[in-house]
Amino acid sequence: MRITVAINGTTYEKDVEPRTLLAYFLREACGLTGTHIGCDTSSCGCCVVVLDGTRAVKSCSMFAVQADGHQILTVEGLANGAALHPLQQAFWDQHGLQCGYCTPGMMLASFALLQQNASPSEAEIREGLAGNLCRCTGYQNIVKAVQQAADSQIRAGR
Amino acid sequence: MMCPSAVPIRKRRGAPLDLTGRKEVCVIPAAFDYLRARSPDEAFGYLQQHGSESRVLAGGQSLIPAMRFRLARPAVLVDINGIRDLDYVRVDNGALAIGAIARDSTVERAAWINEPRWGLLRDVSRVVADPVVRQSGTVVGSLCHNDPAGDWTTAALAARAEVAVRGRAGTRTVPIDQFLVDSFTTAVSEGEIALEARFGVPDDRTAGSYQKIERKVGDFATAAAAVQISLDATGSIRTAGVALSAAGPCAVRVDEAERLLIGQKPSAELLRAAGEAAMRRSAPQGDLRGSVQYKKHLAGVLVMRGLRQSLERLGVRV
Repeated sequence: MRITVAINGTTYEKDVEPRTLLAYFLREACGLTGTHIGCDTSSCGCCVVVLDGTRAVKSCSMFAVQADGHQILTVEGLANGAALHPLQQAFWDQHGLQCGYCTPGMMLASFALLQQNASPSEAEIREGLAGNLCRCTGYQNIVKAVQQAADSQIRAGR
Repeated sequence: MMCPSAVPIRKRRGAPLDLTGRKEVCVIPAAFDYLRARSPDEAFGYLQQHGSESRVLAGGQSLIPAMRFRLARPAVLVDINGIRDLDYVRVDNGALAIGAIARDSTVERAAWINEPRWGLLRDVSRVVADPVVRQSGTVVGSLCHNDPAGDWTTAALAARAEVAVRGRAGTRTVPIDQFLVDSFTTAVSEGEIALEARFGVPDDRTAGSYQKIERKVGDFATAAAAVQISLDATGSIRTAGVALSAAGPCAVRVDEAERLLIGQKPSAELLRAAGEAAMRRSAPQGDLRGSVQYKKHLAGVLVMRGLRQSLERLGVRV
Protein backbone atom coordinates (compact mmCIF):
# COMPACT_ATOMS: atom_id res chain seq x y z
CA MET A 1 0.00 0.00 0.00
CA ARG A 2 1.32 3.44 -0.95
CA ILE A 3 1.35 5.94 1.91
CA THR A 4 2.37 9.56 2.31
CA VAL A 5 3.53 10.71 5.72
CA ALA A 6 4.89 14.13 6.68
CA ILE A 7 7.71 13.37 9.10
CA ASN A 8 9.45 16.33 10.73
CA GLY A 9 8.16 18.52 7.90
CA THR A 10 9.49 16.29 5.11
CA THR A 11 7.10 14.27 3.00
CA TYR A 12 7.88 10.56 2.64
CA GLU A 13 6.00 8.55 0.05
CA LYS A 14 6.58 4.81 0.37
CA ASP A 15 5.09 1.41 -0.34
CA VAL A 16 4.50 -0.56 2.84
CA GLU A 17 2.85 -3.78 3.88
CA PRO A 18 -0.17 -3.03 6.07
CA ARG A 19 1.42 -5.02 8.89
CA THR A 20 4.47 -2.72 9.05
CA LEU A 21 4.55 -1.03 12.43
CA LEU A 22 5.16 2.71 12.41
CA ALA A 23 8.37 2.30 14.44
CA TYR A 24 9.84 0.01 11.77
CA PHE A 25 8.64 2.29 8.98
CA LEU A 26 10.43 5.24 10.59
CA ARG A 27 13.64 3.32 11.20
CA GLU A 28 13.89 1.06 8.18
CA ALA A 29 11.95 2.74 5.38
CA CYS A 30 12.78 6.34 6.29
CA GLY A 31 16.17 5.83 7.96
CA LEU A 32 15.10 7.77 11.04
CA THR A 33 16.74 5.61 13.68
CA GLY A 34 16.32 8.12 16.49
CA THR A 35 13.05 6.37 17.33
CA HIS A 36 14.11 3.39 19.44
CA ILE A 37 12.40 0.07 19.87
CA GLY A 38 12.44 -1.43 23.35
CA CYS A 39 9.72 -3.83 24.47
CA ASP A 40 7.94 -3.80 21.08
CA THR A 41 4.60 -4.29 22.86
CA SER A 42 3.57 -0.82 24.13
CA SER A 43 4.94 -1.24 27.65
CA CYS A 44 8.19 0.77 27.71
CA GLY A 45 7.55 4.01 25.79
CA CYS A 46 10.93 4.37 24.11
CA CYS A 47 9.29 4.40 20.63
CA VAL A 48 6.98 7.34 21.41
CA VAL A 49 6.47 9.85 18.58
CA VAL A 50 4.00 12.72 18.27
CA LEU A 51 1.09 12.40 15.84
CA ASP A 52 -0.43 15.55 14.32
CA GLY A 53 1.34 17.89 16.71
CA THR A 54 -0.28 16.99 20.01
CA ARG A 55 -0.84 13.28 20.50
CA ALA A 56 1.89 11.02 21.85
CA VAL A 57 1.71 7.52 20.37
CA LYS A 58 3.77 4.40 20.91
CA SER A 59 4.93 3.75 17.36
CA CYS A 60 5.36 0.01 18.04
CA SER A 61 1.60 -0.23 18.47
CA MET A 62 0.41 1.69 15.43
CA PHE A 63 0.61 0.56 11.83
CA ALA A 64 2.43 2.80 9.36
CA VAL A 65 -0.67 2.76 7.12
CA GLN A 66 -2.55 4.50 9.93
CA ALA A 67 -0.15 7.44 9.60
CA ASP A 68 -1.03 7.91 5.92
CA GLY A 69 -1.90 11.57 5.42
CA HIS A 70 -0.79 12.51 8.92
CA GLN A 71 2.15 14.37 10.46
CA ILE A 72 4.72 12.68 12.64
CA LEU A 73 7.30 14.35 14.85
CA THR A 74 10.32 12.24 15.84
CA VAL A 75 13.36 13.15 17.88
CA GLU A 76 15.15 14.13 14.67
CA GLY A 77 12.58 16.89 14.18
CA LEU A 78 12.99 18.57 17.57
CA ALA A 79 16.06 20.72 16.92
CA ASN A 80 15.87 23.78 14.72
CA GLY A 81 19.05 23.41 12.68
CA ALA A 82 21.95 23.63 15.13
CA ALA A 83 19.74 25.05 17.89
CA LEU A 84 18.56 22.40 20.30
CA HIS A 85 14.88 22.26 21.21
CA PRO A 86 14.27 23.45 24.81
CA LEU A 87 13.59 19.83 25.78
CA GLN A 88 16.88 18.65 24.30
CA GLN A 89 18.77 21.50 25.96
CA ALA A 90 17.09 20.71 29.27
CA PHE A 91 17.87 16.99 29.08
CA TRP A 92 21.48 17.98 28.40
CA ASP A 93 21.66 20.60 31.18
CA GLN A 94 19.95 18.41 33.80
CA HIS A 95 21.70 15.16 32.89
CA GLY A 96 18.29 13.71 32.05
CA LEU A 97 19.85 10.68 30.42
CA GLN A 98 22.54 8.14 31.01
CA CYS A 99 22.57 5.48 28.27
CA GLY A 100 20.09 7.48 26.18
CA TYR A 101 17.97 4.59 25.00
CA CYS A 102 14.71 5.84 26.53
CA THR A 103 15.50 9.50 25.80
CA PRO A 104 13.76 10.03 22.44
CA GLY A 105 10.55 8.54 23.86
CA MET A 106 10.91 10.59 27.04
CA MET A 107 11.33 13.79 25.06
CA LEU A 108 8.47 13.14 22.65
CA ALA A 109 6.10 12.09 25.46
CA SER A 110 7.17 15.28 27.27
CA PHE A 111 6.59 17.31 24.12
CA ALA A 112 2.96 16.13 23.98
CA LEU A 113 2.59 16.62 27.73
CA LEU A 114 3.71 20.27 27.44
CA GLN A 115 1.29 20.80 24.55
CA GLN A 116 -1.54 19.75 26.87
CA ASN A 117 -0.22 21.49 29.98
CA ALA A 118 2.37 24.24 29.53
CA SER A 119 3.38 24.37 33.19
CA PRO A 120 2.89 20.96 34.77
CA SER A 121 3.64 20.36 38.44
CA GLU A 122 6.27 17.83 39.38
CA ALA A 123 3.50 15.32 40.14
CA GLU A 124 1.88 15.96 36.75
CA ILE A 125 5.20 15.37 34.99
CA ARG A 126 5.72 12.12 36.87
CA GLU A 127 2.18 11.00 36.04
CA GLY A 128 2.53 12.11 32.43
CA LEU A 129 5.72 10.09 31.94
CA ALA A 130 4.48 7.03 33.81
CA GLY A 131 4.32 5.09 30.53
CA ASN A 132 8.01 5.66 29.79
CA LEU A 133 10.56 3.43 31.44
CA CYS A 134 14.17 4.37 32.16
CA ARG A 135 16.40 1.51 33.25
CA CYS A 136 19.34 3.74 34.26
CA THR A 137 17.25 5.01 37.19
CA GLY A 138 17.31 8.56 35.92
CA TYR A 139 13.75 9.75 36.61
CA GLN A 140 14.83 12.48 39.03
CA ASN A 141 16.77 14.35 36.39
CA ILE A 142 14.26 13.60 33.64
CA VAL A 143 11.60 15.34 35.73
CA LYS A 144 13.94 18.29 36.34
CA ALA A 145 14.62 18.47 32.61
CA VAL A 146 10.93 18.65 31.75
CA GLN A 147 10.47 21.36 34.39
CA GLN A 148 13.34 23.35 32.86
CA ALA A 149 11.93 22.92 29.35
CA ALA A 150 8.50 24.08 30.51
CA ASP A 151 10.03 27.15 32.18
CA SER A 152 12.13 28.06 29.18
CA GLN A 153 9.23 27.60 26.76
CA ILE A 154 7.05 29.86 28.90
CA ARG A 155 9.82 32.46 29.10
CA ALA A 156 10.20 32.31 25.33
CA GLY A 157 6.46 32.86 25.01
CA ARG A 158 5.83 29.58 23.22
CA MET B 1 -1.82 -2.85 25.98
CA MET B 2 -0.82 -6.34 26.83
CA CYS B 3 1.67 -7.50 29.37
CA PRO B 4 3.99 -10.20 27.98
CA SER B 5 3.76 -12.19 31.20
CA ALA B 6 0.02 -12.41 30.64
CA VAL B 7 0.37 -14.08 27.27
CA PRO B 8 0.35 -17.69 28.34
CA ILE B 9 -2.90 -17.05 30.21
CA ARG B 10 -4.46 -15.75 27.07
CA LYS B 11 -3.17 -18.60 24.96
CA ARG B 12 -4.71 -21.20 27.19
CA ARG B 13 -7.68 -19.63 28.81
CA GLY B 14 -8.38 -21.11 32.19
CA ALA B 15 -5.01 -22.82 32.46
CA PRO B 16 -2.48 -21.79 35.08
CA LEU B 17 0.35 -19.49 34.18
CA ASP B 18 2.77 -21.31 31.90
CA LEU B 19 6.02 -19.50 31.28
CA THR B 20 7.12 -21.98 28.64
CA GLY B 21 4.59 -20.29 26.36
CA ARG B 22 6.95 -17.33 26.18
CA LYS B 23 9.17 -19.14 23.71
CA GLU B 24 6.42 -18.78 21.15
CA VAL B 25 6.21 -15.00 21.44
CA CYS B 26 6.35 -13.43 18.01
CA VAL B 27 6.47 -9.71 17.41
CA ILE B 28 5.52 -9.22 13.77
CA PRO B 29 1.80 -9.53 13.01
CA ALA B 30 0.56 -11.94 10.37
CA ALA B 31 -0.26 -10.28 7.05
CA PHE B 32 -3.71 -8.73 6.65
CA ASP B 33 -5.66 -6.53 4.26
CA TYR B 34 -6.20 -3.00 5.49
CA LEU B 35 -9.46 -1.18 4.79
CA ARG B 36 -10.00 2.40 5.87
CA ALA B 37 -13.61 3.26 6.60
CA ARG B 38 -14.76 6.85 6.15
CA SER B 39 -18.20 6.44 7.68
CA PRO B 40 -20.01 4.06 10.04
CA ASP B 41 -21.94 2.75 7.01
CA GLU B 42 -18.75 1.97 5.17
CA ALA B 43 -17.23 0.24 8.22
CA PHE B 44 -20.38 -1.81 8.68
CA GLY B 45 -20.35 -2.73 4.98
CA TYR B 46 -16.76 -3.97 5.17
CA LEU B 47 -17.50 -6.00 8.30
CA GLN B 48 -20.59 -7.54 6.71
CA GLN B 49 -18.53 -8.43 3.67
CA HIS B 50 -15.65 -10.03 5.57
CA GLY B 51 -17.44 -11.43 8.64
CA SER B 52 -15.35 -13.46 11.05
CA GLU B 53 -12.17 -12.79 9.05
CA SER B 54 -12.30 -9.11 9.97
CA ARG B 55 -11.70 -7.01 13.04
CA VAL B 56 -12.33 -3.36 13.79
CA LEU B 57 -9.17 -1.30 14.40
CA ALA B 58 -9.88 1.58 16.80
CA GLY B 59 -7.17 2.55 19.31
CA GLY B 60 -5.34 -0.69 18.64
CA GLN B 61 -3.69 -0.74 22.07
CA SER B 62 -4.90 -4.26 22.81
CA LEU B 63 -5.48 -5.56 19.28
CA ILE B 64 -2.08 -4.64 17.85
CA PRO B 65 -0.06 -6.25 20.67
CA ALA B 66 -2.38 -9.29 20.39
CA MET B 67 -1.64 -9.44 16.66
CA ARG B 68 2.05 -9.12 17.36
CA PHE B 69 1.86 -12.11 19.69
CA ARG B 70 -0.22 -13.89 17.00
CA LEU B 71 -3.01 -14.29 19.50
CA ALA B 72 -5.18 -12.49 16.96
CA ARG B 73 -4.77 -13.09 13.23
CA PRO B 74 -7.52 -11.18 11.44
CA ALA B 75 -7.30 -11.39 7.64
CA VAL B 76 -8.87 -7.96 7.32
CA LEU B 77 -8.61 -4.89 9.52
CA VAL B 78 -11.25 -2.21 9.21
CA ASP B 79 -9.70 1.04 10.46
CA ILE B 80 -12.35 3.36 11.91
CA ASN B 81 -9.93 6.05 13.14
CA GLY B 82 -10.77 8.29 10.21
CA ILE B 83 -14.49 8.42 11.06
CA ARG B 84 -14.71 11.80 12.75
CA ASP B 85 -18.42 11.22 13.44
CA LEU B 86 -17.45 8.56 15.99
CA ASP B 87 -15.03 10.83 17.88
CA TYR B 88 -17.20 12.34 20.60
CA VAL B 89 -17.89 12.38 24.32
CA ARG B 90 -21.17 14.20 24.95
CA VAL B 91 -24.26 14.22 27.12
CA ASP B 92 -27.19 13.11 25.09
CA ASN B 93 -30.67 12.07 26.35
CA GLY B 94 -29.60 11.78 29.98
CA ALA B 95 -26.53 9.69 29.21
CA LEU B 96 -22.88 10.31 28.63
CA ALA B 97 -22.36 9.00 25.11
CA ILE B 98 -18.83 7.95 24.17
CA GLY B 99 -18.22 7.35 20.47
CA ALA B 100 -16.23 4.40 19.17
CA ILE B 101 -13.01 6.32 18.57
CA ALA B 102 -13.15 8.66 21.58
CA ARG B 103 -9.85 8.16 23.40
CA ASP B 104 -9.48 7.35 27.07
CA SER B 105 -7.57 10.63 27.40
CA THR B 106 -10.59 12.58 26.13
CA VAL B 107 -12.58 11.32 29.09
CA GLU B 108 -9.62 11.88 31.43
CA ARG B 109 -9.32 15.52 30.34
CA ALA B 110 -13.03 16.34 30.10
CA ALA B 111 -13.94 19.66 31.75
CA TRP B 112 -16.61 18.02 33.96
CA ILE B 113 -14.62 14.96 35.01
CA ASN B 114 -13.84 16.26 38.52
CA GLU B 115 -17.51 16.69 39.46
CA PRO B 116 -18.21 14.23 42.33
CA ARG B 117 -20.95 12.48 40.34
CA TRP B 118 -18.38 11.36 37.76
CA GLY B 119 -16.02 9.97 40.42
CA LEU B 120 -16.09 6.46 39.01
CA LEU B 121 -15.25 7.50 35.44
CA ARG B 122 -12.65 9.97 36.69
CA ASP B 123 -10.85 7.29 38.67
CA VAL B 124 -10.92 4.76 35.84
CA SER B 125 -9.79 7.23 33.19
CA ARG B 126 -6.62 7.88 35.18
CA VAL B 127 -5.54 4.27 35.69
CA VAL B 128 -6.26 2.55 32.38
CA ALA B 129 -2.89 1.45 30.93
CA ASP B 130 -0.52 4.45 30.95
CA PRO B 131 -0.84 8.10 29.87
CA VAL B 132 0.54 7.57 26.35
CA VAL B 133 -1.54 4.47 25.70
CA ARG B 134 -4.61 6.42 26.88
CA GLN B 135 -4.04 8.93 24.07
CA SER B 136 -4.79 6.14 21.59
CA GLY B 137 -6.87 3.58 23.48
CA THR B 138 -10.64 3.91 23.34
CA VAL B 139 -13.39 3.23 25.87
CA VAL B 140 -15.54 1.32 23.39
CA GLY B 141 -12.54 -0.68 22.23
CA SER B 142 -11.77 -1.72 25.81
CA LEU B 143 -15.35 -2.88 26.27
CA CYS B 144 -15.17 -4.87 23.03
CA HIS B 145 -11.81 -6.40 23.94
CA ASN B 146 -13.36 -7.58 27.25
CA ASP B 147 -10.15 -8.53 28.97
CA PRO B 148 -10.72 -10.42 32.25
CA ALA B 149 -8.62 -7.73 33.96
CA GLY B 150 -10.13 -4.79 32.06
CA ASP B 151 -10.90 -1.50 33.78
CA TRP B 152 -13.63 0.00 31.61
CA THR B 153 -15.61 -3.24 31.56
CA THR B 154 -15.67 -3.30 35.36
CA ALA B 155 -16.64 0.35 35.63
CA ALA B 156 -19.35 -0.14 33.01
CA LEU B 157 -20.86 -2.96 35.07
CA ALA B 158 -20.95 -0.86 38.24
CA ALA B 159 -22.45 2.09 36.35
CA ARG B 160 -24.89 -0.15 34.44
CA ALA B 161 -23.74 1.24 31.12
CA GLU B 162 -25.07 0.25 27.70
CA VAL B 163 -23.44 -0.27 24.33
CA ALA B 164 -24.96 0.61 20.96
CA VAL B 165 -24.25 -2.19 18.51
CA ARG B 166 -25.00 -2.00 14.83
CA GLY B 167 -26.17 -5.24 13.26
CA ARG B 168 -28.16 -6.30 10.19
CA ALA B 169 -31.46 -5.40 11.86
CA GLY B 170 -30.23 -1.92 12.73
CA THR B 171 -28.63 -0.46 15.84
CA ARG B 172 -29.60 -2.06 19.16
CA THR B 173 -28.80 -1.05 22.72
CA VAL B 174 -27.22 -3.81 24.77
CA PRO B 175 -27.09 -3.59 28.60
CA ILE B 176 -23.56 -4.19 29.80
CA ASP B 177 -24.46 -7.41 31.66
CA GLN B 178 -25.51 -8.93 28.34
CA PHE B 179 -22.73 -7.25 26.40
CA LEU B 180 -19.92 -8.93 28.38
CA VAL B 181 -20.29 -12.60 27.47
CA ASP B 182 -16.99 -14.27 28.37
CA SER B 183 -13.25 -13.60 28.24
CA PHE B 184 -12.56 -11.62 25.06
CA THR B 185 -16.12 -12.31 23.91
CA THR B 186 -18.98 -9.84 23.71
CA ALA B 187 -22.47 -9.54 22.26
CA VAL B 188 -20.93 -8.01 19.13
CA SER B 189 -21.36 -10.79 16.56
CA GLU B 190 -19.63 -11.40 13.26
CA GLY B 191 -20.10 -8.51 10.89
CA GLU B 192 -21.32 -6.17 13.63
CA ILE B 193 -19.76 -3.05 15.16
CA ALA B 194 -20.06 -1.35 18.54
CA LEU B 195 -20.64 2.35 17.87
CA GLU B 196 -21.12 3.95 21.28
CA ALA B 197 -20.95 3.36 25.04
CA ARG B 198 -23.58 5.07 27.18
CA PHE B 199 -23.23 5.85 30.89
CA GLY B 200 -26.32 7.28 32.59
CA VAL B 201 -25.71 10.79 33.97
CA PRO B 202 -25.60 10.34 37.77
CA ASP B 203 -27.76 12.68 39.83
CA ASP B 204 -26.21 14.82 42.57
CA ARG B 205 -26.86 12.14 45.21
CA THR B 206 -24.79 9.63 43.25
CA ALA B 207 -21.06 8.99 43.38
CA GLY B 208 -18.64 6.21 42.61
CA SER B 209 -15.05 5.12 42.88
CA TYR B 210 -12.57 2.85 41.15
CA GLN B 211 -9.92 1.15 43.24
CA LYS B 212 -7.10 -0.65 41.47
CA ILE B 213 -4.01 -2.44 42.70
CA GLU B 214 -1.38 -2.81 39.98
CA ARG B 215 2.26 -3.87 40.15
CA LYS B 216 3.31 -0.87 38.07
CA VAL B 217 1.69 1.83 35.95
CA GLY B 218 0.35 0.30 32.79
CA ASP B 219 -0.07 -3.18 34.15
CA PHE B 220 -3.36 -4.96 34.32
CA ALA B 221 -5.08 -5.02 37.67
CA THR B 222 -3.89 -7.46 40.27
CA ALA B 223 -7.34 -6.76 41.62
CA ALA B 224 -9.73 -3.85 41.11
CA ALA B 225 -13.21 -2.84 42.21
CA ALA B 226 -15.71 -0.42 40.73
CA VAL B 227 -18.47 1.01 42.88
CA GLN B 228 -21.29 3.45 42.23
CA ILE B 229 -24.04 4.24 44.74
CA SER B 230 -26.85 6.75 45.10
CA LEU B 231 -28.55 7.90 48.26
CA ASP B 232 -32.20 8.79 48.76
CA ALA B 233 -33.47 11.87 50.63
CA THR B 234 -33.21 10.06 53.99
CA GLY B 235 -29.58 9.06 53.42
CA SER B 236 -30.31 5.40 52.72
CA ILE B 237 -28.68 3.70 49.74
CA ARG B 238 -31.12 3.78 46.83
CA THR B 239 -29.05 2.12 44.10
CA ALA B 240 -25.76 0.26 44.18
CA GLY B 241 -23.39 -1.06 41.54
CA VAL B 242 -20.45 -3.21 42.64
CA ALA B 243 -18.13 -4.98 40.20
CA LEU B 244 -14.72 -6.66 40.24
CA SER B 245 -11.90 -6.89 37.72
CA ALA B 246 -9.46 -9.81 37.46
CA ALA B 247 -11.86 -11.90 39.49
CA GLY B 248 -13.33 -14.20 36.85
CA PRO B 249 -13.52 -14.87 33.09
CA CYS B 250 -14.55 -11.23 32.63
CA ALA B 251 -15.65 -8.39 34.90
CA VAL B 252 -18.07 -9.71 37.51
CA ARG B 253 -21.00 -8.06 39.23
CA VAL B 254 -21.24 -8.66 42.98
CA ASP B 255 -25.01 -9.07 43.16
CA GLU B 256 -24.93 -10.06 46.80
CA ALA B 257 -23.17 -6.85 47.83
CA GLU B 258 -25.62 -4.77 45.82
CA ARG B 259 -28.59 -6.48 47.50
CA LEU B 260 -27.03 -5.98 50.93
CA LEU B 261 -26.47 -2.28 50.36
CA ILE B 262 -29.79 -1.23 48.83
CA GLY B 263 -32.25 0.24 51.34
CA GLN B 264 -29.68 0.43 54.14
CA LYS B 265 -28.13 3.37 55.95
CA PRO B 266 -24.34 3.45 55.33
CA SER B 267 -22.33 2.07 58.24
CA ALA B 268 -18.92 0.52 58.77
CA GLU B 269 -20.65 -2.81 59.40
CA LEU B 270 -22.55 -2.59 56.10
CA LEU B 271 -19.38 -1.80 54.17
CA ARG B 272 -17.63 -4.74 55.77
CA ALA B 273 -20.50 -7.06 54.82
CA ALA B 274 -20.36 -5.81 51.21
CA GLY B 275 -16.60 -6.40 51.16
CA GLU B 276 -17.08 -9.92 52.45
CA ALA B 277 -19.62 -10.58 49.70
CA ALA B 278 -17.06 -9.37 47.14
CA MET B 279 -14.42 -11.65 48.61
CA ARG B 280 -16.77 -14.62 48.26
CA ARG B 281 -17.71 -13.68 44.69
CA SER B 282 -14.13 -13.14 43.51
CA ALA B 283 -12.78 -16.14 41.56
CA PRO B 284 -9.34 -15.00 40.42
CA GLN B 285 -6.48 -16.95 38.89
CA GLY B 286 -3.30 -17.20 40.90
CA ASP B 287 -0.35 -15.91 38.91
CA LEU B 288 2.76 -13.75 39.18
CA ARG B 289 0.62 -10.85 40.37
CA GLY B 290 -0.60 -12.75 43.41
CA SER B 291 -2.18 -15.87 44.82
CA VAL B 292 -5.88 -16.65 44.70
CA GLN B 293 -6.18 -15.99 48.43
CA TYR B 294 -4.42 -12.63 48.16
CA LYS B 295 -6.54 -11.48 45.23
CA LYS B 296 -9.78 -12.51 46.95
CA HIS B 297 -8.69 -10.59 50.02
CA LEU B 298 -7.97 -7.53 47.86
CA ALA B 299 -11.41 -7.74 46.25
CA GLY B 300 -13.01 -7.34 49.66
CA VAL B 301 -10.72 -4.54 50.77
CA LEU B 302 -11.09 -2.63 47.50
CA VAL B 303 -14.90 -2.80 47.57
CA MET B 304 -14.87 -1.42 51.11
CA ARG B 305 -12.47 1.38 50.10
CA GLY B 306 -14.54 2.15 47.02
CA LEU B 307 -17.75 2.39 49.02
CA ARG B 308 -16.08 4.58 51.62
CA GLN B 309 -14.70 6.92 48.97
CA SER B 310 -18.05 7.08 47.16
CA LEU B 311 -19.74 8.06 50.41
CA GLU B 312 -17.04 10.66 51.11
CA ARG B 313 -17.72 12.14 47.69
CA LEU B 314 -21.33 12.49 48.81
CA GLY B 315 -20.23 14.12 52.07
CA VAL B 316 -20.97 11.05 54.19
CA ARG B 317 -18.37 9.62 56.57
CA VAL B 318 -18.73 6.15 57.99
